[in-house]
Amino acid sequence: MIPLASLQRTAEELMAKAAIEIPDDYLAGLRRAADAEKGELSAFVIRAMLENYEAAKHDRRAMCGDTGVPRWYVKFGNEARVEGGPVALEAALRRATANATRNVPLRPNRVHPLWRTDHDNNCGIGAPEIEYAFHPDADWIDLITVHKGGLFGTDYRMLFPADGLDGIKRFYLDTLIQFGKRGLACQPAIVGIGLGGSKDICSVLGKQAACLRVVGDRNPDPRIAAIEEEFIELGNAIGMGAMGFVGSSMVIDCHIEVGYCHTGGMPMSVHMFCLSSRRACARIFADGTAEFRTDPMWFTDYMRRSTVEWRAPAAAAAE
Amino acid sequence: MSEIRTAHLDLPATTADLRKLAIGAVVYLTGRVFTARERVYQHAIEEGAGMPAGKDALGAVNFHCSPAAAVKPDGTYAVSAVTATASFRFAKWLGDWFRISGCNIIIGKGGMTSELYRTHFVPNAAIYLTTVGYGTGALLGRGIRRVAEVYWLKELGIAQAVWVLDVEKFGPFIVESDLDGNSLFERENAKIAAGLDRLYEGTRPATMRRFGETDDKTQEVI
Ligand code: SF4
Repeated sequence: MIPLASLQRTAEELMAKAAIEIPDDYLAGLRRAADAEKGELSAFVIRAMLENYEAAKHDRRAMCGDTGVPRWYVKFGNEARVEGGPVALEAALRRATANATRNVPLRPNRVHPLWRTDHDNNCGIGAPEIEYAFHPDADWIDLITVHKGGLFGTDYRMLFPADGLDGIKRFYLDTLIQFGKRGLACQPAIVGIGLGGSKDICSVLGKQAACLRVVGDRNPDPRIAAIEEEFIELGNAIGMGAMGFVGSSMVIDCHIEVGYCHTGGMPMSVHMFCLSSRRACARIFADGTAEFRTDPMWFTDYMRRSTVEWRAPAAAAAE
Repeated sequence: MSEIRTAHLDLPATTADLRKLAIGAVVYLTGRVFTARERVYQHAIEEGAGMPAGKDALGAVNFHCSPAAAVKPDGTYAVSAVTATASFRFAKWLGDWFRISGCNIIIGKGGMTSELYRTHFVPNAAIYLTTVGYGTGALLGRGIRRVAEVYWLKELGIAQAVWVLDVEKFGPFIVESDLDGNSLFERENAKIAAGLDRLYEGTRPATMRRFGETDDKTQEVI
């Protein structure tokens, strides 16, 4: 039985870590982009960002003043049991969100869409979002928090088989260019692409691809991995860098996730995880101990299974 | 080293000070700035409340942002980071805003169009500074010396209240518009536009179109 107190304590620590510490994989990717950047203004922006991460870490202050929209991803080991059950877990995550908002502090970003009511704690109807997944043969729980920027850099479109890979390429470029101008998307970004599913799942997949895979990670399907690599290059060939200034620093990495879709369609979503790519993860074991890491390890063979029954690895993930 | 020019400005800035700033220069500010975004504009202009205080108290620099801040139990404020919010959304209030606020510097994210600069900024001898990144919230947080006052905290909440901040070497910012209404972003967009056709070569517009869609990649969404 995982003690509730350790879940809440870990969740509060994750909130602070996500807000303050830029993940190593993104940082290394940004440094590589900085080395290659020839655009003077774009290079200046990246240098300022690198200084900003240092300042945030040193002072223990939020790296970006905009909290984005903090959310939670919870992965349950099949054998995991939580003190108080899932309802208690959700309460603990809401408490951790509210407490961290006051203690870090984080900007209270969440308001009612119509009445603009702000509880000053980043909690409200449907906030923070909590998404769930499961894992076979495990008794731990993974907690992941992501504080993604909330306004620009995301788009969805229903494409069709006739649009083909060219159509996918085109919509990818459209999204990067429209939100890259003036740096509305706060690039260089980790770009996530969702392909397939229905409209809602397509968006979920794309967002998870952006926020829950680390820089350098490739899709296990080698043909999709090749598209990811092609798209990194394509995005950086637009001629646009940080803040939309002339340059080459647009895409730190590109992650594509697929889901089976309607036979007549090919829905696509694009998401950009910004210069403040805020994510933090921990695994909490049955005895309440927590192991922190920056890799969400969200997309597993189990998550990407395509067969009816789950058969241990080796199964082809691609077909 | 970079050839980007850097300037330090004491606030309030005179028109002569602003005249010296070319688009693309880096600026740090020392003096008083205040935050105001959509709810402040609505409250001050549409709801008729006017400015919460005089120019002496607020300064003449309007920052489109709200801080990551909390009110401590003893009534003082903890400010962690500040990051701008995109300014193009505030266009419709600009005319009235300059009239009642007397601001000559607006700081925000992403700038506005040169058309708006010519209509509203130039006649008011005002310029636009963009934040950098845009996530340099921690660096900006470091530049805040103290919270001089907070107005409309109860009415508008932490994120939308008017925070009056005394700052020192507050920055970096980049000069996006000058006193003639030129825009750095538009200059950069024009340079990038030249190479866009090549990227799309061989592709066709999507099978199903959308209302209002354009294929002119030189356009902007703001
Ligand atoms: S998109 Fe990211 S870096 Fe930009 S303001 Fe939002 S949270 Fe900050």
